[in-house]
Amino acid sequence: MLAVSLVCFSFKNFVGYQVVALILLMAVSLAAMLFEILPVLLAAVLSAVIWNFFFIPPLYTFDIGNAEDALMFLLYFVVAMVNAVLTFKIREADKKARDKEEKEKELKLYNTLLNSLSHELRTPIAAIIGSVDILKESKDKLSDENRTELLNEIAIAGNRLNQQVENILNMSRLESGMLKPKSDWMDMNELVNSVMQLFAGNEHNLVFKNSDDLPLFKLDNGLTEQILYNLLQNAIQYTPPNTKIEIEVTHQSEYCMITVSDDGNGFPVKEMPLVFNKFYRLANTKTGGSGLGLSIVKGFTEAQSGRIKLENNEKGGAKFTIEIPAETSYLNNLKNE
Amino acid sequence: MSKAEILIIDDEPQIRRLIEITLESNDYKVLQAETGKEGLIKAANHPPELILLDIGLPDKNGHEILKVLREWYNKAIIILSVQNSETDIVTALDNGATDYLTKPFRTAELLARIRSAIRRNQTTNDTTLVDAGDLRIDLVARTIRKSNEILKLTSTEFNLISLFARNEGRVLTHQFILKSIWGVPYQTETQYLRVFVGTLRKKIEENPNNPRHIITESGVGYRFQ
Repeated sequence: MLAVSLVCFSFKNFVGYQVVALILLMAVSLAAMLFEILPVLLAAVLSAVIWNFFFIPPLYTFDIGNAEDALMFLLYFVVAMVNAVLTFKIREADKKARDKEEKEKELKLYNTLLNSLSHELRTPIAAIIGSVDILKESKDKLSDENRTELLNEIAIAGNRLNQQVENILNMSRLESGMLKPKSDWMDMNELVNSVMQLFAGNEHNLVFKNSDDLPLFKLDNGLTEQILYNLLQNAIQYTPPNTKIEIEVTHQSEYCMITVSDDGNGFPVKEMPLVFNKFYRLANTKTGGSGLGLSIVKGFTEAQSGRIKLENNEKGGAKFTIEIPAETSYLNNLKNE
Repeated sequence: MSKAEILIIDDEPQIRRLIEITLESNDYKVLQAETGKEGLIKAANHPPELILLDIGLPDKNGHEILKVLREWYNKAIIILSVQNSETDIVTALDNGATDYLTKPFRTAELLARIRSAIRRNQTTNDTTLVDAGDLRIDLVARTIRKSNEILKLTSTEFNLISLFARNEGRVLTHQFILKSIWGVPYQTETQYLRVFVGTLRKKIEENPNNPRHIITESGVGYRFQ
């Protein structure tokens, strides 16, 4: 405001002081678009005073020479105030509209999540309730084979529910921001082998080569296990049987690097950035996954200050790379006697 | 021999019923308590052979009940807990729980743990010879044989295997093992444990990548069998 006044003052000999009033008014309007209500009102008052003091004759006094100028000063004051208030009100309304839009977007996302979630939970529940009904009501008519099959369905549904609850709990741990990694020394060879045991007997070909020169890493055991488990689960879920899934752990400068790659069909490049989104599913893939697995992988990696990368490898399969910064220990001086 | 008595302390009627059916069809006698308080009274009036204690009880924290029980009850207590509560499990084990199971559990697993815990109730502490599959560990002569062949172990490795052998079937927390073998100042130095379990497995396991004797209990400790 002072700067504008200064500029006006320098050419007040070329333009009339009434024009200065308009320029000052414009400055107040501009200020109203940028600042909060109080500074703008202050600017309006200040500009009125400046106009009076420096421009309205007699100059350098607060006196006003004639009735016409006095009226103009009064009008200037009122217009500047109204201007400031109105501009501010428009901004307020604008902000409210944007807030509302954002809330609607959030609500839509929330509804999508809720729908997927209830689908993922209700499907196994329906399988359990349905199977139990048939077992109870038609127990004489069922062949042994059908009975076994129904019991199997119940077992599968139970496991799926359990898995799903696990995923939801992990997701809410992530979103609550309460997740505090607890690092401890990890033998990554042991960790990978024990996670692989959980998939023993499936039809995929899981490959991991122990590396004897791998140091111990200081990582969160539970989070790291879950990361690997979900990556393997994802690879098994979305590649055909007998696909080779390779796991590799290496030590790279300050990082523990875990890669899981398969020789399946890989990911469409366009969809790669989306696969870590909650409940995102590639088009035309079979259902049965949780839709949360990969977003948990990403969350658990980032909770340990790590990074995750997805690319297609030379053979065309998917390759996930996890890098987590970690302290290492080679325990070279350990006495084993 | 009369049937072994087992007391279930759990607030969920469905879980109690399920365990009751499982245990009765396997020749155990079942007592039930719905709250921690009721459990304490029943255990005191008629000490059972084993207690199954839910850690998430409504009236009193299961950890409290465990501590009170352990003031006088020295038979097996198996903790029931939900998944993902390693801290709870470690606390309970450090407070004297014999073993733990996470819900949901398989009934076969439940029965195996109960059998193993009751067996330990009846064995005395002066065992000198432990057999585990193809392993035979002589705690006095400090030798270990695998399929009758003597294995060469370092002194620390033998200390570790004999600690495991004396607690066969039982889960030992990292802290407990570190304290017992290396002493209190080392109780958080898990890297020692990782290294020695690694070298020990290479010597005693058929396939160290898929161990059958020293089992990792993720986030909790190790179990020898």
